[in-house]
Amino acid sequence: MIGAASALNGNISGEWYLALAAVLFAIGAFGLLIRRNVLVMFMCVELMLNAANLTFVTFANMLHDIGGQVLVFFVLVVAAAEVVVGLGIVVAIFRRRANATADDFHLMKG
Amino acid sequence: MSTLLFAAASGAYGAKIHTPHIDYLSILPILIMMGGAVLLVTASSLFRQVMGVGSATFITVGTAIATLVAALFQWDHVVTHGAKVTIAGSIAYDGFSVFIQIVVAIAMLLTALIADGYLKREGIDGPEFHVLAMLSASGAMLMGSANDLIVIFLGLEILSIALYVLAAFNHKRAESGEAALKYFVLGAFSSAVFVYGIALVYGATGSSNLPQIADYLSKNVVASNGVLLAGLALLLVGFGFKIAAVPFHMWSPDVYQGSPSPVTGLMAAIAKAGAFAALLRVFVSSFGTLRADWQPIVWGIAILSLVVGAFAALVQKDIKRMMAYSSINHAGFILLGVQAATVRGVSASLYYLFAYMFMVIGTFAVITVVARDGDSGHQLTDYRGLGKRQPLLALAFAVLLLAQAGAPFTTGFLAKFTVVAAAVDIHSYALAVIAMASAAVAAFFYLRVVVAMYSPVGAVGDLSDLDAGELDAGPISVASPANAPVSVHGQNDAVASLSVLTEGPPTSAVADRMVRVPGLTTVAIGLSVGFTIVFGIIPGPIVDFAHQATLLFT
Repeated sequence: MIGAASALNGNISGEWYLALAAVLFAIGAFGLLIRRNVLVMFMCVELMLNAANLTFVTFANMLHDIGGQVLVFFVLVVAAAEVVVGLGIVVAIFRRRANATADDFHLMKG
Repeated sequence: MSTLLFAAASGAYGAKIHTPHIDYLSILPILIMMGGAVLLVTASSLFRQVMGVGSATFITVGTAIATLVAALFQWDHVVTHGAKVTIAGSIAYDGFSVFIQIVVAIAMLLTALIADGYLKREGIDGPEFHVLAMLSASGAMLMGSANDLIVIFLGLEILSIALYVLAAFNHKRAESGEAALKYFVLGAFSSAVFVYGIALVYGATGSSNLPQIADYLSKNVVASNGVLLAGLALLLVGFGFKIAAVPFHMWSPDVYQGSPSPVTGLMAAIAKAGAFAALLRVFVSSFGTLRADWQPIVWGIAILSLVVGAFAALVQKDIKRMMAYSSINHAGFILLGVQAATVRGVSASLYYLFAYMFMVIGTFAVITVVARDGDSGHQLTDYRGLGKRQPLLALAFAVLLLAQAGAPFTTGFLAKFTVVAAAVDIHSYALAVIAMASAAVAAFFYLRVVVAMYSPVGAVGDLSDLDAGELDAGPISVASPANAPVSVHGQNDAVASLSVLTEGPPTSAVADRMVRVPGLTTVAIGLSVGFTIVFGIIPGPIVDFAHQATLLFT
């Protein structure tokens, strides 16, 4: 079982991981632009950040450089901090009205 | 498992782990600013009662001054000992970084003075506002000294995350929360794009360290490297969002309008200073060899920002929205210096950032006090008659607006002149001409506010300026029969008759009252106006300062 998994790992070249990351990033960006629920929009941001993380790890592996893997930790920490603040803002808005749909945020125009 | 064992074994035998040497002087201002924030939030939690705004302001002003002194000391040190790269190459300690620290420290000082009056007026207690402002200032300073893409990213996030919260700070206004959410969603989007850009650049060059990237690019010919160019484009998009350049500016009018006014001033000053500092360092110094690839894109973004910023501001009724488009226009001007990518261009951009910081914070200080209780009086009609009621305040505002328009004998004129000269230097004539034309268009909307301030409040034209939203907002509609003649009367009559007739003051009567200008805000406005005029007439020191900062660029 373990042998089969490692053989599979050996067969997949880095380019596939990069392509997967690019697809994930595109899904995240597209989702952020078309979805109207703020929480789903947060998830899309997370998806984009994790796509970047996957790219970092893949490149670190391809370049035999530990630096790229270290960068992932920074991104993870920042992503966590960002979500904390984002959810706080959503809660503050929820207290005013009972939903979190982007279409309702139209107090300001011009 | 084996690595764990190895680590444990080497630890047992006392093998040294090599940590980079940390030159504390190189990050002293950042440490002071961040330390001040931590100290303030810790100190406030030790007392049983909520800490008053006054003491928080006192500590913040002290921290900002200490930061400024440390930065000036750094400047002295850099001039005598030369620039260097420290902390494993992740922090640059050069004239450029010290310049940005000075700009941000002054911005923090002025904002603390303005926020004091604002927080007291709005009845928001506690030290959190100042803590968050100092944290975001330290992020901007980190962006100025960052010499590694990931450090730039960290600085960007420290700056932005604190600003998201600050945008939501006035919980009494629904617009504040909405502005914060919009800023957050688009800011997080741009950060994600930025990180993906870093990942691609890292993959293409093998490092996230700026000098190492520059080194790689100078040794290897990377013609049409798709990954590198895509990474570069994504970095530019990320920066474009932060500096609010067209077409990445959609968030800025709403966020500027909805955020508390002192926050908007801080946001405009330090987010621009930090992001432009990083943009200059990344593109001009690291990707300088690829300038043929990025210069045309920056050229296009600059033109779009100049044109869209100037023309969209013309039709705005809300003064904070107008200032948002004005700041987009200013971003276009600063991009002129970036696009030039010469020593002259960089020093012109730095000078512009310095001058703009004073102008925009001073402007938002006046906007803060004119907005009155509730931070809601941002219509042009609120400025009508200000020249008669409070001549000094109106004069200060007029000077700041004219400086932003680029009037001679102000720093604003010189800032515009130096960036345009830098563009002409590299033969970007079209860009220079468009920039000057946009400055002429922009002068129109600044002058509109000045004219409003010096026109009498009872002018018949008033009613046409009131839009539907404002009519609904007043306790008694201005359009109702009882009050209809009011706006035709002279201002004194109007106030007198209204105070007899009604209990709740209608909109036009509110606009007649004097606004209270707190002492500390007066100091901040005075400093901004003083700097704008004095260094507009004697430009030498600051221009030399900006130029020297560029020469000490690693």
